[in-house]
Amino acid sequence: MALLEIKALNKSYQSQHVLTNIDFTVETGEFLSVIGPSGAGKSTLLRCINRLVEADSGEIIFNGENILKLGRKSLRKERANIGMVFQHYNLVPRLTVIENVLHGRFGYKSTLQGMLGVFSEEEKERAFYLLEKLGIVEHAYKRCDQLSGGQQQRVGICRALIQDPKLILCDEPIASLDPHSSKVIMDYLKSITEELGITCIVNLHQVEVAQSYSNRIIGLNKGHLVFNGPNRQLDSHYIGEVYGMDTRELITV
Amino acid sequence: MLADQTRLSRKWQHIFLLIIVCCFTWIAIEMVQFDFYQSLLSIPTAGLWMIENLWITAETWREFPDIMLKLVETILMSVAATTIAAFISFFLGIAGSTTTRRNGLMAGLSRGIASVARNIPVVAWALILLLSFGQNSLTGFLALFVGTVGFLTRAFMESIDEVGLKSFEALTATGATYFQVIFKAVIPQALPQMLSWVLFMIETNIRSATLVGILTGTGIGYTFDLYYKTLNYEAVALVTLLIILTVIVIELTSNRIRKVIL
Ligand SMILES: Nc1ncnc2c1ncn2[C@@H]1O[C@H](COP(=O)(O)OP(=O)(O)OP(=O)(O)O)[C@@H](O)[C@H]1O
Ligand SMILES: [Mg+2]
Repeated sequence: MALLEIKALNKSYQSQHVLTNIDFTVETGEFLSVIGPSGAGKSTLLRCINRLVEADSGEIIFNGENILKLGRKSLRKERANIGMVFQHYNLVPRLTVIENVLHGRFGYKSTLQGMLGVFSEEEKERAFYLLEKLGIVEHAYKRCDQLSGGQQQRVGICRALIQDPKLILCDEPIASLDPHSSKVIMDYLKSITEELGITCIVNLHQVEVAQSYSNRIIGLNKGHLVFNGPNRQLDSHYIGEVYGMDTRELITV
Repeated sequence: MLADQTRLSRKWQHIFLLIIVCCFTWIAIEMVQFDFYQSLLSIPTAGLWMIENLWITAETWREFPDIMLKLVETILMSVAATTIAAFISFFLGIAGSTTTRRNGLMAGLSRGIASVARNIPVVAWALILLLSFGQNSLTGFLALFVGTVGFLTRAFMESIDEVGLKSFEALTATGATYFQVIFKAVIPQALPQMLSWVLFMIETNIRSATLVGILTGTGIGYTFDLYYKTLNYEAVALVTLLIILTVIVIELTSNRIRKVIL
């Protein structure tokens, strides 16, 4: 059974259709990129999956359950199974790196435990292990606002990983980073899928990055799914379709 | 060319505005028959009177312990009114901030309370409360409390707004509950700013407490009023001096604290 199955998903703001009849499935262990021009609905699609945005109609079957039908308690439980990485990292800047990483465990705690910040030794060890793995363990006790963008994004990834998620959603994880940090981050995301078997869905602006990292690419244009296939199938014809113009234009822009 | 033109028209706008302001000032002076020239002339006389009468003598220092007692009482009341108000405002701020609001009703209610409490000056509150509670320290306390709730709720809302939705969304996405997000992401980020507002309000309230005290017959304001009405101007001068010193000390201390927390 597929890990994630999206059926006839619709979302509109006021009278503007942002997502129209989106259908696709994602298998466990896939690395899927979502591309499309600005305003195509990439962020909205990702946010519908963990219900940061409420879809209008359709089904999102994740882990065997229809996310859109879940009550508050079960939604919380499924959210814990879905990590999220943001373009602007979305950390708490004044808190330390280790505190921000441990935030990823709240989904498994009672409100009170979370508010009091009760974490087991195991959880702390795991946090340090992840920081070590992403090469920022020496910054563990620094405030996040003292780190570079690339380092903050790695904290964001640690926060997602400590959730022990089955799926990680990344909304333009490298859009605010320089080329070198971008490569570092993309390599980490790729290794997460390959080594830990965690499925990744990544919104990207750069077609070449999508092509070199993903198994499969989804192309959105004005809320319509216009491409869904293995990355080598995405040729200049389809790129034109996704971005709504000639590839030649695309290069000169 | 175009830039030159806009600059020129901007200049004319300024001149036009200046003329309007001058007109209004003139009209206002005419209407209340405020004699500018006469008031200027009275400044030296007033200054002379102050130097002659507000001279603290050794004798006046005998009043010192009494004054200090009242002063401390006033400071404590201001601090108490501020901290209790801060506690209430904390929840109102969370309910009203666009980042953390949960439903429109609560948000509207908290904004309503804040704006009513804030837009009526503390002195007016004191007079209103005087009618129902009479002349006692509770009235003074409540006047400060109500005004502070209004101000701090507004300030807290803005501090929380400033934190923004980013970390709120990130934690919600991990499966955290509303209160976990508030207390572990939003408040830690907003807290220094909020504490800074509380310190500011303590300063302000110690200043207002004097005035409120004159009206409600409590604290240092009452002492001031008493000496003033018994024509003991030297004691009035001492009270004033001590109030100024207190305010300066409080301000310096809170600046220190601010530097550490921000
Ligand atoms: N909260 C909202 N209210 C109204 N309209 C919205 C809202 N959020 C998004 N939209 C609209 O939905 C459309 C899709 O937005 P979305 O952020 O999903 O696009 P995107 O593909 O992620 O774009 P980008 O590449 O610029 O991030 C846009 O036209 C946007 O204006
Ligand atoms: Mg987006």
